Amino acid sequence: MKPNGTKGLNMNESLIFEKSSKMRKGISLPLSDVGDSIPENTIPKEFLRQDISGFPEVSEIETVRHFTRLSQWNFGVDSGFYPLGSCTMKYNPKINEDIARLPGFSKIHAYQPDELNQGALQLMYELEGFLCEISGMDAVTLQPAAGAHGELCGMFMIAAYFKEKGKPRNKVIIPDTAHGTNPASSHLAGFSVVSIEEGKGTITPEAVAKVMDEDTAALMLTNPNTLGLFEKNINEIAAIVHKKGGFIYCDGANLNALMGLAKLGDMGVDVIQFNLHKTFSTPHGGGGPGSGPVGVKKVLEPYLPKPRIIKKGRRFALDYNRTKSIGRLRAFYGNFAILVRAYSYIRAMGHDGLKKASEMAVLNANYIKEKLKGHYHLAYDQVCMHESVFSDKLQSKNDVHTLDIAKRLIDYGFHPPTIYFPLIVPGAIMIEPTETETKETLDRFIEAMINIAKEADENPDLVKNAPHNTRLGRLDEVTAARNPVLRWKG
Amino acid sequence: MPYIPHTEKDIQEMLHVVGAASVKDLFKVIPDNLSLKQTLSLPAALSEQELIQELTNIGRKNATVDEYISFLGAGAYHHYIPSIVNHLISRSEFYTAYTPYQPEISQGTLQAIFEYQTLICQLTGMEAANGSMYEGASATAEAVLMARRINNRSKVLLSSSLHPEYREVVNTYLSSNGSDIKEIFYCTETGRTLPEAIEKVMDNNTSCVVIQHPNFFGSIEDIKAISELAHKNNSIVIVAVTEPISLGLLKPPGEMGADIVVGEGQSFGNNLNFGGPYLGFFATREKYLRQMPGRLVGETVDKNGNRGYVLTMATREQHIRREKATSNICTNEGLCALAAAIYLTSLGKHGFMELARLNLSKAHYLKKGLANIKGIKTAFNAPTFNEFVIELEKEPDTIVKALLKKGIITGLPLKRFYSELSRHILICATEMNTKKDIDALIEGLSHI
Repeated sequence: MKPNGTKGLNMNESLIFEKSSKMRKGISLPLSDVGDSIPENTIPKEFLRQDISGFPEVSEIETVRHFTRLSQWNFGVDSGFYPLGSCTMKYNPKINEDIARLPGFSKIHAYQPDELNQGALQLMYELEGFLCEISGMDAVTLQPAAGAHGELCGMFMIAAYFKEKGKPRNKVIIPDTAHGTNPASSHLAGFSVVSIEEGKGTITPEAVAKVMDEDTAALMLTNPNTLGLFEKNINEIAAIVHKKGGFIYCDGANLNALMGLAKLGDMGVDVIQFNLHKTFSTPHGGGGPGSGPVGVKKVLEPYLPKPRIIKKGRRFALDYNRTKSIGRLRAFYGNFAILVRAYSYIRAMGHDGLKKASEMAVLNANYIKEKLKGHYHLAYDQVCMHESVFSDKLQSKNDVHTLDIAKRLIDYGFHPPTIYFPLIVPGAIMIEPTETETKETLDRFIEAMINIAKEADENPDLVKNAPHNTRLGRLDEVTAARNPVLRWKG
Repeated sequence: MPYIPHTEKDIQEMLHVVGAASVKDLFKVIPDNLSLKQTLSLPAALSEQELIQELTNIGRKNATVDEYISFLGAGAYHHYIPSIVNHLISRSEFYTAYTPYQPEISQGTLQAIFEYQTLICQLTGMEAANGSMYEGASATAEAVLMARRINNRSKVLLSSSLHPEYREVVNTYLSSNGSDIKEIFYCTETGRTLPEAIEKVMDNNTSCVVIQHPNFFGSIEDIKAISELAHKNNSIVIVAVTEPISLGLLKPPGEMGADIVVGEGQSFGNNLNFGGPYLGFFATREKYLRQMPGRLVGETVDKNGNRGYVLTMATREQHIRREKATSNICTNEGLCALAAAIYLTSLGKHGFMELARLNLSKAHYLKKGLANIKGIKTAFNAPTFNEFVIELEKEPDTIVKALLKKGIITGLPLKRFYSELSRHILICATEMNTKKDIDALIEGLSHI
């Protein structure tokens, strides 16, 4: 197999500011039909600006070409296989883009009277119900804007619960495989973090029992965890935590492995956040917008952010009268247009479709794992869930490292997996194929990975200098951080 | 099943490789008592055709700002979005990518964010902007946390003319970290935040002062006077801008002394969307850079010396610093920032300034028209941009309902946020409101 990337017609493009021509205009505006207000007549001169120095002055076609060109330099799920572990880069259905842009969803103001928003409230109310059913939780808020925002929401609720009981707690237990957002969110919610080590890839009840005490508010775990392994002792672990009055927070980033197969609510989980931009197919947008709804068990329901959506007879309304609520995490109600896409995805898949998605995601991950085993060092050799973690241990002897392997994959037309995470596997290569990829795509990816392993043996420099087929070569990140240039200055 | 390509043959071949007899076998690791026995109680699958029909019907139960004449603003604004914005953000290389972790194949997102950061700096008069935050209110809360990190003080002064929901969010974010928040009551004549009122409560433990500009009532604040006062006390000045079209007309907050400028960028090419997703923007001075939350894109070169862009200064962030990070933010609002960059480029310098003036003209025509009605007066006398508050002689519920029947959404009755403003309505006019619309509101309200 030869790398199939070519340079193609890949033009350079300057910054938009460098294309400005004085007084050149883009879109035309309507003339005022109410006369022209002279700003100086109502606003003191010292509050007014005369110019926006450096602002672009370009024509419409230049704008279109500029951003079209930039888009061509990007690799998305629609460009090719994107096995970025823990990010669930599945196909983003196009119909959901159309639906989210329907005027009935995109052109409604959040402060319109409730009677003008019945469709929006119905959709949100039903989506809350769907997420409850999928996770086995009792209530869901759709307010958080992203997974980490959901984590923060969950940890605030847990803090509020203990505060309200008059016995604030200070600690949260987090395994060392956790996403960095877990300790960061806990800290932001006022907790100190107690780290525990994963045993043979999963948490042991003993490790939890050793640190769990009555000053510990919660254990924050991810199931399946970031090694792609199911936390099989979760029931026992939950019992230990619950016995001391603590909660189990589950980072739902990896829910794509479990839909219709098991419910986290049945495993003793008290709080979970959903990443709609992972499990529920909403596009990642080049880094957002995502959406991070949070589900809770009954005991925490009073603490959910407000407003809540309620149903009175056949009418939907927003309920602000929630005395124990943690308050708001953002203005308005949530990333609604993302909720519309996730709702549409669930309706398109139905109960059987979601289960099948999880089954095929797990099958794809295990297939890759079996085929690459031997060519790359597999960190934990057991049946995985939706992703598996390899490392560069075998290639390191030729001084070829994970970063090199990742960059070489680009030459073969694939987006690299997540690298150097989880931190407990040195040189980690975390592969999550998702269910939307064909066997043929997986086979091509596997072949590329095996080829790269061979290249690492036979011609390590080829791998170490990759990528060769991109517009730009490896970028100097050290200089960028040492001497930050964060804006164009002309 | 839609979106799942496996044939039965594929599945059998793959199971064979994996060494499992059935798909069910792959889930043996889940203990039997946790394994789900019944199917999920969810609706059955819909075909694409049925799906869009069903969702179109749900959407029809909402009234749109095209069907009604709306004068609602209050943190979310109805502006015209040039056609090219949607065309360009629909390039799926943009919207189906994730955070640009691999810069060699993410230069599109990276350069666009670098341009966005520059545009935000130019508009706000600041030296550095991040790649975006969730939305305006949480960006404001993050600015407060940043101020507390910078000067290690705890007290936070919030103007009561800061958007009420923004204040709620700041309260939530500070709830677990010793919140010490004082509200500065607005001036009942101007609707502004008075420097004297700040002076009264400011002390050597005051970390920051937060004001909105133009504020929730539409009043233009005197940032300079407030900044001078705060800076004498070594406190940080945070200015929140919820209607950034105003920056096409008003002097940038950075030039008037603001240390952190945050706000809501929805007006920049993002749909109303019933409240989200929106775009939090966040800008500050270079000296505070290391305390800034969020993703940052920086310029660098590749190994051949060509200019390129990378995510940078990651040592502030959660994936490296974990609990010691400046923020827990990971995914932000990349595509909304892209929409903003395209929108602002499309309007350009002159278009953007012209648009701001058009908003001013519409709102002032309406304001004058309403002030001439007997029984209505302008509540505050400070200068305004495209929003202002009117005061009626009695509570507005009846008239608001009557106008709604005529297809007019009058504005936002303020009672829900300010009990003392029970006869007041916050009204906004943008370029979307024609003279005919505006006259209809004036006519409607003259029949009180």
